Amino acid sequence: MAILELSGVKKAFGSIIVADDQSWSLAEGEALGVLGPNGAGKTSMFNLATGTLPVDGGTIHYDGKDITSWSAARRCRAGISRSFQVPQPFGGMTVYENAYVAATHGAGLSSRKAEATSLDVLERTGLVKKANVLAGGLTLLDRKRLELARAMCARPRVLLLDEIAGGLTENECHALIDTIKALRNTGISIVWIEHVVHALLAVVDRLIVIDFGKKIAEGNPKTVMESNEVREIYLGIEADA
Amino acid sequence: MDTLKVSRATRLSTMAMVMLALIVVVMAAAPWWAGRADLRLFGEIFLYMSLATLWNLLAGYAGLVSVGQQAYVGLGGYVFFAATMLWGMSPFIAFPVAMVLGAAISAPIAFLIFRLRGAYFAIGTWVVAEVFRLSFAQVSALGGGSGTSLTTAIVKDLASGRDGREALAYWFALGLVVVVVGAVFFFLRSRQGVALTAIRDNELAASSLGIDVWRTKFLVYVVTAGLTTLTGALIFLQKLRISPDAAFSTNDWTAFVIFIVVIGGIGTIEGPIIGTLVFFALRETLADFGTIYLIALGFVAILIMLKTPNGLWGLVRGRRGIELFPLSQRVRGLSEKGT
Repeated sequence: MAILELSGVKKAFGSIIVADDQSWSLAEGEALGVLGPNGAGKTSMFNLATGTLPVDGGTIHYDGKDITSWSAARRCRAGISRSFQVPQPFGGMTVYENAYVAATHGAGLSSRKAEATSLDVLERTGLVKKANVLAGGLTLLDRKRLELARAMCARPRVLLLDEIAGGLTENECHALIDTIKALRNTGISIVWIEHVVHALLAVVDRLIVIDFGKKIAEGNPKTVMESNEVREIYLGIEADA
Repeated sequence: MDTLKVSRATRLSTMAMVMLALIVVVMAAAPWWAGRADLRLFGEIFLYMSLATLWNLLAGYAGLVSVGQQAYVGLGGYVFFAATMLWGMSPFIAFPVAMVLGAAISAPIAFLIFRLRGAYFAIGTWVVAEVFRLSFAQVSALGGGSGTSLTTAIVKDLASGRDGREALAYWFALGLVVVVVGAVFFFLRSRQGVALTAIRDNELAASSLGIDVWRTKFLVYVVTAGLTTLTGALIFLQKLRISPDAAFSTNDWTAFVIFIVVIGGIGTIEGPIIGTLVFFALRETLADFGTIYLIALGFVAILIMLKTPNGLWGLVRGRRGIELFPLSQRVRGLSEKGT
């Protein structure tokens, strides 16, 4: 059964269409990759799925329930959490407190459990050394790590990741892939928007490609990467999977 | 992993809290060591400290930049006068009545003005305050536009002598600032307070991490309104006289309060306290110069906003987040791990 399903979702800002009758679903435990050129509507799709943007039309179902009218906060508490492409840290709070907010409010944990979860996640995302640093003073890379850490602290069933691999070194990228694989192995369903294609292909079971707010290709990663649609978008870039 | 502990207290904050407790004890004894004029000044300082702390919670944390909190200050004064003079209540009962009434009235107002954003919200709050001012000017039982004085019977009901009454008014003001700062402090340490701090820093992220932004802001608005109304009641107990212009003065209850919070450091619990002390230090040294005093205040405000936008406390707090009130949670034991 699909844990997250978008059916005929539409969204436009004036004449700019960011979601054009978009439908896709995510199976429980699946890892879905999302590709598409800049401005194709990938992040908007996350905003619609998480409730940051209201839809103009269509429905969104999560775990069998119609969540189209739910607020972003309610969706997070129900188990959908995300990272932001442009990091949105709580700048005046420490790294630990950023994680703690997600653990208490997103996951609804008691203070003691939230404390343990936050420390554990910071350790796994390599941020524990910076636990007491104000998040506003972090480098871009650490801010991105914090995005992932916070999303994990909310204890999601569905995790939406928006370009978290960009700018990482080869080693860091491998560590990130391992982290995401480990998350998947705990049963979390993942949707991952990423331009670092080799990282994406190392994790995902299925790919969708979006352009001009429309889903233009979908299926097995290898097949999709070799399809004409993708070749057209990523001129000359070969699938290295 | 098990070596890591989370705690809030630092050596500095523990020292600061002990100092603060001592200061409160010394100030509680002020009626025995301070003169009448000093006592009045201290009382006024505590009342402004309360107003500034409350406005800071509203604007600095919840992002609700209200320029209409004088609505609740004035309401508090008027409810106190009406409760004691018209409804025959004891002053001691009139205080909680004013607070509850202020909170109750603020709830429907919140529904109305929360539809407005940013600058429109600010203007909305100011309009509400003007409506309050014009409405109370119509109440002839409370002196209409020219106002009224508290009758001697009620004043005598508080304490027999003048010294006793002034000491009592002073203790009320001290008690209020302890309650207000204490309430804000414990609120900010609670789960709701952590949520509010997150909202202060980033609303988008807060809502995406399960925080109900509207509900949290609503709660803050209503609680702040209740406590501001109580402060208003105490302000006009000290003044013994009320009129619509004094009660709903934008200058006295909003402009000065914003000045205090901005120079002290918005969005921190220490900021409004420090700002109040700076404000009164300036006022007491410059007040004799007349108009120059207001020009100097404006000059100080502009200078601080340009040089240190996070206020005087922001300068001290720095990037390491030094704090006197133990609010932020710190992970201990990181160095023992050899990381």
